[in-house]
Amino acid sequence: MTTAMLNSSRTASSADTATPVATPVAPRPRRRANPLASTRVQSVLLLAALLGSWEAAVRWFKVPQHLVPPVSDIAVALWRGLATGPMAKDGFWYHGGVTLAEILLGFFVGGGIGLAIGIVISQMPRLEALLEPYVAALQSVPKVAVAPIIVVWLGFGISSKVVIICLLTFFPVLVTSIAGFKAVDTDRIDLLRSLSASPWQIFRKAKFPTALPYIFAGLNMAAAFSVVGAVVGEFVGAQAGLGVLILQMEAQADTGGSFAVCIVLSVIGILLTSALRRVQRRVLHWMPADTSQRPVNT
Amino acid sequence: MNAPLRPDYIRIEGLSKTFGGGNEGVLALKDIDCTIAQGSFVTIVGPSGCGKSTLLRILAGLLDYGMGTVMLDGQPIRGTRRDVGVVFQSSILLPWRTILENVMLPAEVLGLDMKKARDRAMQLLQMVRLEGFEHKLPRQLSGGMQQRASIARALLHDPKILLMDEPFGALDAMTRERMNLELQRIWMESGKTVVLITHSIPEAVFLGDKVFVMSPRPGTLERVLPIDLPRPRTMDAMSHPRFAAASASIRERFSHAASFD
Repeated sequence: MTTAMLNSSRTASSADTATPVATPVAPRPRRRANPLASTRVQSVLLLAALLGSWEAAVRWFKVPQHLVPPVSDIAVALWRGLATGPMAKDGFWYHGGVTLAEILLGFFVGGGIGLAIGIVISQMPRLEALLEPYVAALQSVPKVAVAPIIVVWLGFGISSKVVIICLLTFFPVLVTSIAGFKAVDTDRIDLLRSLSASPWQIFRKAKFPTALPYIFAGLNMAAAFSVVGAVVGEFVGAQAGLGVLILQMEAQADTGGSFAVCIVLSVIGILLTSALRRVQRRVLHWMPADTSQRPVNT
Repeated sequence: MNAPLRPDYIRIEGLSKTFGGGNEGVLALKDIDCTIAQGSFVTIVGPSGCGKSTLLRILAGLLDYGMGTVMLDGQPIRGTRRDVGVVFQSSILLPWRTILENVMLPAEVLGLDMKKARDRAMQLLQMVRLEGFEHKLPRQLSGGMQQRASIARALLHDPKILLMDEPFGALDAMTRERMNLELQRIWMESGKTVVLITHSIPEAVFLGDKVFVMSPRPGTLERVLPIDLPRPRTMDAMSHPRFAAASASIRERFSHAASFD
């Protein structure tokens, strides 16, 4: 998945920004004169064309609105939802706020516990060997399947959703951090040992920085999972949240509204992953561009 | 500074080392006896599996030894020591640190005065001809430059002994020759005791005051060959008859040892 993303972004960036080494300076002004040649402009045009044909097809074939609403209906629903007060029970801000709080709490608590346990386990080889089969077994349990049980235990409030998200975010961070600490080569440890470094110094100066790229891979997975966890948890049983809003709208055959909520959820997901990427790029600034830094705004 | 240089600065007596236990155990080193004089440059040469790296790791305190005594400056070696600097086969620069930060790593670990350490790191980088690269990341440097940075790092805390485990093994022949000249210069400037492991006979003869020739299975010290060539040696030394004679005698040892297999 990652390589595909990397490749696509690399081709995109090389097409619309010329690096001084790769191409001579001359083509630049010509490109500015013809904005249609830019891949970014082209992808916006593609989106416009797709949405336009969606609108046209729905109207032309008279598709019932509760099956596939026209794009304009979704836009109106989105506008109505956003034009509400922050505490309005039918508005996007209120429900979005609840869902976002669940996502952030679940991400940080679940990811944090996963990282902490991953660190502790990896420093104790015997404990790691003891727990490894359980981690592998638990990892393959579909965590969303236990969502109804969690709701029964913890009720319809925010806590059951946070716990469901924690279950989803905990494992990727745990597994990748264990893998990251395993990737520390003995050379680096020998180097520090030759300087009479303490175990804590070895951890801080060699092991943890080596494991960080792996940990970030886990956090990226966890970020995507946390949005899924919030919606699933809210579907199962909740008083508020965007998942609840989707269920309410579907009950009223308001498919346009459901689509609008999906857009809000996607925006939350995108904001979360891009914030994480920003942190990652700062922390892993030393990595070559093609493994950690995707050239987004070069 | 003016104290007489100890002729037995490093003294190894009856050293044996076995890896693993019981019947599975592999004898890596058998009955090693030798002394290394303070301020001298000793090279250890031998085919792979002769236990030369094991010997170096024992000297560095990274490896326990089974039998025998290993004394450094009159004290038995028990674990790693501050007065030893190690250069490994690969440069092992930490990729998230700049060259300067890498060179200053020993100061952080040993809790030295960071201001002084920084000045010294800059001097050392100048000595290994890396001035101007302080703030580059390791991956922006060539293999030879990375290895020179690792030599500067090994010298930062001013160790009395520099242990080098095939430091130039991964470099191409041209770079390697240049690195040999540089290392000789650094050694002559710093006055350290250097123990360098190599599998290259010309490198061993070119650099060493003495060449320790080791043979494998089990690892034993076959002989100690003094190299009587004037310093500083240049690449022309390689065409000196005594250079050729020393190389030939080591090579003969190896083919002799191999015939036992």
